[in-house]
Amino acid sequence: MALFAKKKPVGDASQKKSLGRGVFRRCDGCAETLKAEDFTANLEVCPNCGHHYRLSAEAWVQYLIDPGSWTEHDEGLRSLDPLHFVDSSPYPERLASSIKKSGVNDAFMAGSGTMGGRPVQLGCFVFRFMGGSMGSVVGEKITRMMERGAERKQPVILLSASGGARMQEGALSLMQMAKTVAALGLLREAGMPFISVLLNPTTGGVAASFALLGDVNIAEPRALIGFTGPRVIENTIRQTLPDGFQRSEFLMDHGMLDVIAERHDMRATIARTLDHLLD
Amino acid sequence: MAHLDFEKPLVELERRIEELRAAAAPGDDVSAEVGALQEHARRLQRELYSSLSEWQKVQLSRHPERPYFLDYLGAIFDDFLELHGDRAFADDPAIVSGFARLDGRAVAVIGHQKGRTTKEKVRRNFGMAHPEGYRKAVRIMELAGRYGRPVFTFIDTPGAYPGIGAEERGQGEAIGQALLTMSRLPVPVIATVIGEGGSGGALGLGVANRVLMFEYATYSVITPEGCASILWRDGAEAPRAAEQLKLLASHAIKHGIVDELILEPSGGAHRDPATAATALGKTLRRHLADLSGMSGPELVAQRYARFRSIGAITGG
Repeated sequence: MALFAKKKPVGDASQKKSLGRGVFRRCDGCAETLKAEDFTANLEVCPNCGHHYRLSAEAWVQYLIDPGSWTEHDEGLRSLDPLHFVDSSPYPERLASSIKKSGVNDAFMAGSGTMGGRPVQLGCFVFRFMGGSMGSVVGEKITRMMERGAERKQPVILLSASGGARMQEGALSLMQMAKTVAALGLLREAGMPFISVLLNPTTGGVAASFALLGDVNIAEPRALIGFTGPRVIENTIRQTLPDGFQRSEFLMDHGMLDVIAERHDMRATIARTLDHLLD
Repeated sequence: MAHLDFEKPLVELERRIEELRAAAAPGDDVSAEVGALQEHARRLQRELYSSLSEWQKVQLSRHPERPYFLDYLGAIFDDFLELHGDRAFADDPAIVSGFARLDGRAVAVIGHQKGRTTKEKVRRNFGMAHPEGYRKAVRIMELAGRYGRPVFTFIDTPGAYPGIGAEERGQGEAIGQALLTMSRLPVPVIATVIGEGGSGGALGLGVANRVLMFEYATYSVITPEGCASILWRDGAEAPRAAEQLKLLASHAIKHGIVDELILEPSGGAHRDPATAATALGKTLRRHLADLSGMSGPELVAQRYARFRSIGAITGG
């Protein structure tokens, strides 16, 4: 006999789920059940164990940029369907439904603002839009951001969270890697810093273009960062990968990162880095 | 000679022609019969290659007999001096680099090399470079930039190698750095996709003033096998993915990915490597002549504008 008798569920499952999700959240990191508002108030970091959940691009801007100083750029840009790509649904339909669900036109948000009074160009991947994949629009926005930084003599801060190049735009997506990195070359020539912030996950064509080319590379703890995703590597070499492989701490050990910063320290870390380079 | 499934009827017909010739006793006149068979073979070849599917063309780009970088290097350039090593970790045989002469003019040459025999394939890791390969390429490009030597690159890789060591040594950073270095080189850079243009590993040698591509080469953001396993969770759907990815030269030129398509001998470069090399050599010389009048800053600006314009966007 069970030690405790099972209670009859109250209401149907879907109702219960939505109610539970609104008020309480169980942490994937420590399995503790906490009030959802405690996560939100804590920049989506578990107050109990410090597990970092994904923070939306909008929340990052709100966290890093001085209130009232933000102007978004190029938010109207949209992708075309140059390949007439169809998988389970045609690409234009996939785009339309992603736009509707996410409330943004593509997977990158860029703008101008100030950080502690210093004018900066800031951009952040929108992971909820097709996994933050980089197609023509993302490439164009990043390129324009680098160009603005070079032109206005302002540092560029780019927060990456992306699975890589967007398959649905084929080689056009691949070419965005060259385009964005060439624009980074202009920023360097202008003598302005590029701060690359690597969030979970940063892989594929984003990792193999600008993301690891920061003047300073800063990652969040435990973020997955690498060229090839772990599943593909496992399939290729037919070996189980060691624990912690391709996590921030692994990249730090191998000399690919400058700093691993907890989310609460991220704003101060970026600001101090800019101070050291520019003041 | 190794061949693909769809080439089989043609290869068999050619073998019959050879056998007939060999079996003919001295004095036998088999020329009429041979002539008829040869005509048949020509017709068959035309039919076969005019109706290839996208997937069959992908297979041609990976054909085991297809000319590789070192074949073209030997046919077009002289006095090749191979330079090894990234000065940090190792020499990567999947990328071959050095200096050579084109009609007497000193130039830098860099390319992926797949390997022909089993032993060589393994040594060259099937043309899949590690970070040290890209770092070696960067070193040679910088040398070329300093000494004013034009750079020719030759792309032929399934992709950069996906392995533990490659990740430990920073595959992403190495490719990114190659893109950055190429974008700032003050000398003419001409890239040719000669076989497989596999994603970031291909682009790592691809930021050029002119990007050329053989008729049966491919240039893709992901392999058809990889794309199929992501979209349909089944690598066997690769032919379907190949159609969606539009990875052939005919598509690449339409989208501004490449500037010129180099036609191959009937049936593909492997059926007549000498003719393919002649066509490539001619095209390379023409583009080098075009670019030779430009200053360093003009070359950098042209390369920037070339890649700056790629994309399919609307609005804002």
